Amino acid sequence: MTTTTPVMSPVPTKERRLSRAERRAVAAKTKLTSPAASAIAIVIAVLWTVPTLGLLVTSFRPELDIRRSGWWTAFTDPQFTVDNYNEVLYGGTNFASLFVNSLVITLPAVIIPITLALLAAYAFAWVKFRGRNVLFVAVFALQVVPIQVTLIPLLTLYVDTGLNGSFWTIWLSHSIFALPLAVFLLHNFMKEIPASLVEAARMDGAGHVKIFFQVLLPLLTPAIAAFSVFQFLWVWNDLLVALTFAGGAPDVAPLTVRLAEMVGTRGSDWYLLAAGAFVSIVLPLAVFLGLQRYFVRGLLAGSVKG
Amino acid sequence: MQWFLEASTTGHKLALMVVAILLFAAVMAAILFAVDRPKRVPNWVVAAGFLGPTILLLLVGLVYPALDTVRGSFFNRDGSTFVGLDNYVTVFTTDNFQTVLRNTVLWVVLVPLVTTSLGLLYAYLVDRTRFEALAKALVFLPMAISMVGAGVIWKFVYEYRPDQPGVRQIGLLNQLLVLVGVEPQQFLLNGPSNNVYLIVVMIWIQAGFAMTVLSAAIKAIPDDIVEAARLDGVSGVQMFRYVTVPSIRPALVVVLTTVAIVSLKAFDVVRTMTGGQFGTSVVANEFYTQSFRQFNVGLGAALAVLLFVLVIPIVAYNVRQLRLAEEIR
Repeated sequence: MTTTTPVMSPVPTKERRLSRAERRAVAAKTKLTSPAASAIAIVIAVLWTVPTLGLLVTSFRPELDIRRSGWWTAFTDPQFTVDNYNEVLYGGTNFASLFVNSLVITLPAVIIPITLALLAAYAFAWVKFRGRNVLFVAVFALQVVPIQVTLIPLLTLYVDTGLNGSFWTIWLSHSIFALPLAVFLLHNFMKEIPASLVEAARMDGAGHVKIFFQVLLPLLTPAIAAFSVFQFLWVWNDLLVALTFAGGAPDVAPLTVRLAEMVGTRGSDWYLLAAGAFVSIVLPLAVFLGLQRYFVRGLLAGSVKG
Repeated sequence: MQWFLEASTTGHKLALMVVAILLFAAVMAAILFAVDRPKRVPNWVVAAGFLGPTILLLLVGLVYPALDTVRGSFFNRDGSTFVGLDNYVTVFTTDNFQTVLRNTVLWVVLVPLVTTSLGLLYAYLVDRTRFEALAKALVFLPMAISMVGAGVIWKFVYEYRPDQPGVRQIGLLNQLLVLVGVEPQQFLLNGPSNNVYLIVVMIWIQAGFAMTVLSAAIKAIPDDIVEAARLDGVSGVQMFRYVTVPSIRPALVVVLTTVAIVSLKAFDVVRTMTGGQFGTSVVANEFYTQSFRQFNVGLGAALAVLLFVLVIPIVAYNVRQLRLAEEIR
């Protein structure tokens, strides 16, 4: 028996019934739809994997080979090199420094909005004040505002204050755009914590700050992790915000901006594009694979409740 | 001051990042310290301390800019003269923009429908099989890749080489065409089918999201419902049609609307793969082109407002459906 049954009920008889039902379900399914179903599933899985695999293989092939033959020939005539990566990282395109830019942009743009949203969510969940519900609905509703609507006035504002073309504008913009969803999500998680726990701490004479840091924060770690992964991927992979506020500033622009630009200016230099694409993909992929559990949790909380 | 605004070496950038985070932490600590004196503080002061920074940022960064953009959409290209509805008239009557609107409709209809169907089918097929975790990870992976990265990946799939003796195709799709004896195609140049090839990329990116949410919904269907249906002799396709799909309807609505909104607002795929040329532009891309390439700020603002207006009915539908679902429960 390879199928594992999650334990749904502590009552042994019921559990046995459930697991037998499930085993029968699996058996019935396998009998009825197996060959066709497996074939379709495999076709989808292949379609979703091969394009990335193709570019990955390409990124390790010598420049001339890439131009002369398809990446699949590398399986019969393997010729691999890391020259493309050397060139794209330290050559004229200087992706190494762009990688640093992406990193410098991303960390504060994850930490700042989550901290702000945690504090705001605490006030919405556990501090009673007039107009609380109206304000919460207003913040929630701001999620519908597309980023595009805000870009030009924000840019004007940044130019007027002399901040334009620095990291500050990007940190600020990403923080602002993340807030409505972050406040809403973290508020939901915070509401799930039993009120009795907060009441008990209050009885013991703990103030808001103490309750926030000592009672709530430890319980919220999975939720914070979930949203952090979410926000990390969103900021790292963003093009629109970076292009608008740092498009003309090479010292600030992240990987996505230059990669998109390179497709336009050096569209046939696949040795650079392939390696460049993977330089930009590798960190989010690692984060994603490492923290997939949290990401899925955040995804489900965000979409099913919102 | 210069040190804070211009960082060009790696060490300087990293130092600036650390300073920014510390500065932020210090400001927040000061605010919290101020509202958390041991003596009794009225609740509204506490609320102001906890909420103040967020509300301030939202007012300055979202509410004011949105209003300013709505105002700007009634002005000319540099915002100097009031032109009434002229920008909107341009968007809805010019030939160029008719193509843009047609493409946008194509995106907002095709991407959610195909993505959700594929995600549902796949989630259903791999549910409770031995390879479920691996199978899901493969389809989920594109979620971690930026749309720019996905654009590069797929541009390579669509790469075209002229059909001459001695020239070999390097794009996978054209190679497959050559193998079955069809002439290679310029997938991204020839309209209007090139729109479909761009849409394929968006579906590829979004399917993992649909699959994850729908898979969780399928797993949440109570076993007794499935068992009862089975005892009544329901199985296979009928089970899918009459038990699975109705049971996860709320999740389906959420996925459809979420993907619709994402595909309405995203411009990265179009920007990276065609730059909006060859009749492939969509509203989100045209907003960028008009605002930052043509410097027609008024028209750009009108397009941004159009995006805003198009999002609202989708969200309203979503909220209404969620309400209905909660009432039933």
